[in-house]
Amino acid sequence: MVHSIDDCCCLWLYQNGGGTMANVARKKDKKITWKEIKRQKSLLIIAFFVTVYGFIFYYWPLTGWIMAFQNYKPAKGILGSDFVGLDKFKFLFSDAAFLRVIRNTFCMGALNLVTTTVMAILFAVLLNEIRSSLAKKLVQTISYMPHFLSWIIVTGILHDALSSTGIINDLLMRFGAIKDSINFFAHTQYFWPIVAFANCWKETGWNAIIYLAAITAIDPSLYEAASIDGANRLQKIRYITLPGIKPTIMILLLMNIGNVLNAGFEVQYLLGNGLVQSVSQTIDIYVLNWGISQNDFSLGTAAGIFKSAVSIALIVICNYLAKRAGEEQLF
Amino acid sequence: MNKRKVKSSMGSKIFTVLNSLFMISFVVITLYPVLNTVAISFNDGIDAVRGGIYLWPRKFAIKNYQTVLAMENLIIGAKITVARTVIGTASSLIVNALLAYVVSRKRFLFKSQLSLFWVITMYVNGGLIPVFLLYRNLHLTGTFWVYVVPGMVSAWNMLVLRTYMLGIPDSLEESAQLDGAGYMTIFLKIISPLCKPVYATVVLFVAVGQWNSWFDAMLYNRMKTEYTTLQYELMKLLSSVMQQSGSAASASERGSAAAAITPLTIRSAATVVTMLPIICLYPFLQRYFVTGLTIGGVKE
Repeated sequence: MVHSIDDCCCLWLYQNGGGTMANVARKKDKKITWKEIKRQKSLLIIAFFVTVYGFIFYYWPLTGWIMAFQNYKPAKGILGSDFVGLDKFKFLFSDAAFLRVIRNTFCMGALNLVTTTVMAILFAVLLNEIRSSLAKKLVQTISYMPHFLSWIIVTGILHDALSSTGIINDLLMRFGAIKDSINFFAHTQYFWPIVAFANCWKETGWNAIIYLAAITAIDPSLYEAASIDGANRLQKIRYITLPGIKPTIMILLLMNIGNVLNAGFEVQYLLGNGLVQSVSQTIDIYVLNWGISQNDFSLGTAAGIFKSAVSIALIVICNYLAKRAGEEQLF
Repeated sequence: MNKRKVKSSMGSKIFTVLNSLFMISFVVITLYPVLNTVAISFNDGIDAVRGGIYLWPRKFAIKNYQTVLAMENLIIGAKITVARTVIGTASSLIVNALLAYVVSRKRFLFKSQLSLFWVITMYVNGGLIPVFLLYRNLHLTGTFWVYVVPGMVSAWNMLVLRTYMLGIPDSLEESAQLDGAGYMTIFLKIISPLCKPVYATVVLFVAVGQWNSWFDAMLYNRMKTEYTTLQYELMKLLSSVMQQSGSAASASERGSAAAAITPLTIRSAATVVTMLPIICLYPFLQRYFVTGLTIGGVKE
């Protein structure tokens, strides 16, 4: 729900890890004997406990999806509550507020994805052009810093910077762009850009790590050859660096598209207020409001199922596209 | 030929200048808000509400920190946060490392089934409400363990560890087996020492997640002040600032000398206290998270 970058990376990792596994499976030669199974007793015990744990904490909640098709009453429990079919879903899709949160979630997710990806690539490419290794190291170390701050801290800092006495209003008034300070959190048109900026501020340096690693993997002789041919630095970026990291960009982008819906909770929840709630609320916030605050567990679950279904569809499509893109470009 | 060389070096110089400007503004935008918060945290409360504090306090005061360090809830939150970070990270590392070890054994009976079982959990989850009800039924809500037990196994960390363990040559395990070592001995004596770098990576990821999480405290332990966390207390302070910012002007008018602290400066001081440990530590752990992110990503 909240670890969007981690999610994207695990997909990325799974792809590579999965490849290794397939190779191993192919190499398997001997059949596993009874004697060997006995020797694996300790492994089997660990596997057993971890699986029990997994069933309880990850698979058992799935049975709660039944609630979405019921008029769930906590006193009656899942077994005793009345079934109402698709009524809860019908209510959801006739609720203007729900349609609005779908729009908000998609639009903010897409905006964040585009801006953070562009910023991370730009930063990685330009950082790679810095000659002094000390300066490079220093800038990169500073660039990671915001990633380690919690969203509570980041939104607090952002709130200060954008407040009526904050640095942004201060600068704008000093340069005469505005006469009176703007209350950025009271106008709907500023909310999405603020969220996108917050994401860029927090994650640019962190997201650039993987692009920087991809850049260092580019064959240096390509740059030497280009220099001999008289290419300038922009041309080298345009014709060597960017094509060199294109597979990485493609895969990360496709992976992140699958997670667009997961990137909409903390910032929106912490920065949103009554004045901008028509643009700030996301599916997760809707679930929280209906499910926990209003105690309508059935409606909250139904909205959650909708989100999961769309997420899984996006992930499946993107995994498929990534694999195809990967086969054509990576290997 | 000569002319062209001069021209290209001119272009290169312009590029260097522009690039340096970009990097300098990047660093300024990254650092300024943090330094500004530090400055505000050392400033007199009423004075700070007027604004116009940049990188240095205008009316120096230590009162904010004295107040913060005397706030009972924040002290409890700090203790709980340290406890959950230590206990949560240790248990998570042990369980994930064991699981990764099991699924990375090439001859383990259920190797692929067990991997799949966990990979599925990355994509499918019950969602907020069913999970909330589950924790309530298990009597995890309203306890400290709700911070530790539910997130103990993470498929992503398990996969990082597995990828690393798969890279360790089989011959090490095989020779130990010939010497009569069982699987657990191999794990403790051979695999774990070799996995120190990746263990550090996972510790870093889990610890930062534990330190920074606030949502679980809000959702599961809202009524239990004895299990509050630092970040959740900070969030409460933040919302009090947000409510007050509308009436900032009136606050400074009211400004009697008695109230030398305001939510703004208190929150800034609490923010500094909360982020200090991480900001001091992360530069020394760089190579670990860079390793973690690029494991499996770039093949050398």
